[in-house]
Amino acid sequence: MPRATLLKPKPPEASHTMKIIAAHEHHTDVAGQKLIELPNDTNPFELDLAGVDRIDLQFPKFTDGRAFSQARLLRGRLKFAGELRATGDVLIDQLVQMARCGFDVAVLREGVDMADAQRQFDRFKAFYQGDVTHPLPHFREAA
Amino acid sequence: MYQYTDFDRQFIRLRAEQFRDQLGRWQAGKLTEEQFRPLRLQNGWYVQRYAPMLRVAVPYGELSSTQLRVLARVAREYDQPEPALLAEAQATQEKLGEIPLADGRRIGTKLKYGYGHFTTRTNVQYNWIPLSKAADVMDLLATVQLHGIQTSGNCIRNINSDALAGIAADEIADPRPFCEILRQWSTLHPEFSFLPRKFKISINGAREDRAALGWYDVGLQLVKNDAGELGFKVRVGGGMGRTPTISPVLREFLPWNQLMNYLEAVIRVYNRYGRRDNSWKARIKILVKAEGQSYIDQVNEEFRQIVEDEGGPHTITQAEYDRVAANFREPDLDLSPANAEAETLELLRTAASDDHDFGRWLTSNVLPHRHPQLRAVMLSFKRLGYAPGDATAEQMEAAAELADRFSGGESRVTHEQNLLLPWVRRDQLPALYQAAKALGLAKPNIGLLTDMIACPGGDFCSLANARSLPIAEAITERYQDLDELWDLGEIDLHISGCINSCGHHHSGHIGILGVDKDGKEWYQITLGGADGSNLSGPATPGKIIGPSFSASEVPGVIEALLAVYRTERLPLAGDAEGPRHENFIDTVRRVGLDPFKAAANAARHPAETEAA
Repeated sequence: MPRATLLKPKPPEASHTMKIIAAHEHHTDVAGQKLIELPNDTNPFELDLAGVDRIDLQFPKFTDGRAFSQARLLRGRLKFAGELRATGDVLIDQLVQMARCGFDVAVLREGVDMADAQRQFDRFKAFYQGDVTHPLPHFREAA
Repeated sequence: MYQYTDFDRQFIRLRAEQFRDQLGRWQAGKLTEEQFRPLRLQNGWYVQRYAPMLRVAVPYGELSSTQLRVLARVAREYDQPEPALLAEAQATQEKLGEIPLADGRRIGTKLKYGYGHFTTRTNVQYNWIPLSKAADVMDLLATVQLHGIQTSGNCIRNINSDALAGIAADEIADPRPFCEILRQWSTLHPEFSFLPRKFKISINGAREDRAALGWYDVGLQLVKNDAGELGFKVRVGGGMGRTPTISPVLREFLPWNQLMNYLEAVIRVYNRYGRRDNSWKARIKILVKAEGQSYIDQVNEEFRQIVEDEGGPHTITQAEYDRVAANFREPDLDLSPANAEAETLELLRTAASDDHDFGRWLTSNVLPHRHPQLRAVMLSFKRLGYAPGDATAEQMEAAAELADRFSGGESRVTHEQNLLLPWVRRDQLPALYQAAKALGLAKPNIGLLTDMIACPGGDFCSLANARSLPIAEAITERYQDLDELWDLGEIDLHISGCINSCGHHHSGHIGILGVDKDGKEWYQITLGGADGSNLSGPATPGKIIGPSFSASEVPGVIEALLAVYRTERLPLAGDAEGPRHENFIDTVRRVGLDPFKAAANAARHPAETEAA
């Protein structure tokens, strides 16, 4: 697996990008970086975000979707501008929705085929709902 | 019906492509069984007792004849088990035993294939398609904009509505544009695809609640306020299962254009705080019950922030509402006055022929329409020899033909597992009756005992504790006499094979629930449940009438319950149709459970049950 792969969507109209890193490259003690490891039952409104560079959100199981709402609130409501990192049990089939909720980095288990991941980003050109990267729903953008 | 845009069509094709990708990675060992499971579920693919089950979404029940023909093709070409698998399944099911009828015949499992099954949430299910052909089926379905998106999994499921939406005579506003707007909003929602549990929304636009609103995670009733403005009365936190719950009203009036902003708040709070430690306590009803006002306060605060801090990005614009509403095109029907005259003559002629069953059919299977020259007609898929809601490939094709000839090409799957033709000219009723009768789809039993709801149960479903279909068949066999059936009047009989309640037993006037005792099939019977319709009264779960009954006791117990009703019911003023009397549900409410309990107990036959 390459060191850090930047998944870029092919179509120009989509802007869901995400950096993928392998589990062994995920460190929580980076010199000079202030980071929060946020359990997925913590209320993001109670955080002091001043000076925070990165927040690691957690997926204890990939079926536990609480961190999607945390990311959506941190990015969309609290306007957190640092890195939002998806950690834990993460599937490549969830990367696009993670990007749409405001994640910019995901830690994947070793051995994931990056071509498989890239294909997921290339597929849908647009979605019905608004999201963090496109706040307006399709019907208002198309109008 | 709704005309999909190029965007909609492409979206469904891409979803089919994505599923093929996921299926391929699972087959190649790149996705584990556990990882693939939620992905296939969110495309409608379950793994059942003997084979996978596919649930195809029919948004708010609407089907074009073109779609119905493709559903028929899927039944014919793909719902086909290998002979060895079928034989093994049949042999295994036969070990579960048979139900004796009073006349000495016995009802057992007869596994069928090559058909589609209409469900209570207006979807269509298949039971025998191998996973190896799953991607091909999804591609075929996508050619007519059908798919299995979010028909299972812990996400926002297919949106439900009144089968008479947009044509009902008692409608406050047409719910279909809102159904479609919510279908789009909920499709592949980035934040709400891995909720604590499944999430179901139902919308009703009529004065009568024909969409079981109180039983849904979210029930939306279109209302007008004192100023004449349109909005929704919003109920949140209903559901069946182990904890039957009727939802409380969260908002008496939500302006229509705020629907998605508000639902975003409702579901976000649920996603964050709903229980995930126990799947039996993970539905939103448990959160609403446990948190009460605190949940409501959180939703209101979240809604306020969505609107005030984020500008309510999902506010429905008038332009979007108009666009969607206009896309529900009415069929091009010839409603010239000449037809009105011909209609009268034809009806008179037929009435003169004194066809008693036709008269009954006009009463029970033909429903009023907002347009005086039109009627909605129910094709009954409740007939002997078929499980409730089952339609063979040939029957679906024939129904598509009827839809083309008589209903502008549109049909609707109903909550009660029938097919509705929504645009039938009154003068064509006799011709439709003859055509439907020739197909065996004109049984005048809509709303009556044999128009029962049943899940596939233990013949197919791996969750079921007991079989539903032999019970349904035994009761259907017993009540073939139309005079008797009509005398019993309107009764909602609902059968579920397990507490997951797919057969909605909680809301049946008579509910039958399969339970497992020592590896044998037993059935709990409830009385007095209601879905919220005018006939049934406010939504409420039925009450258990005693310890469960063995499979062989159930038909006799149902007969005993109905005998009590016949004894206890009050006469009402009759009319030209003959004597009338109090409905079953009203008698149950008036006299209470005791006489029914006593009769049901007396119908037990413990010695035979022991021997069996």
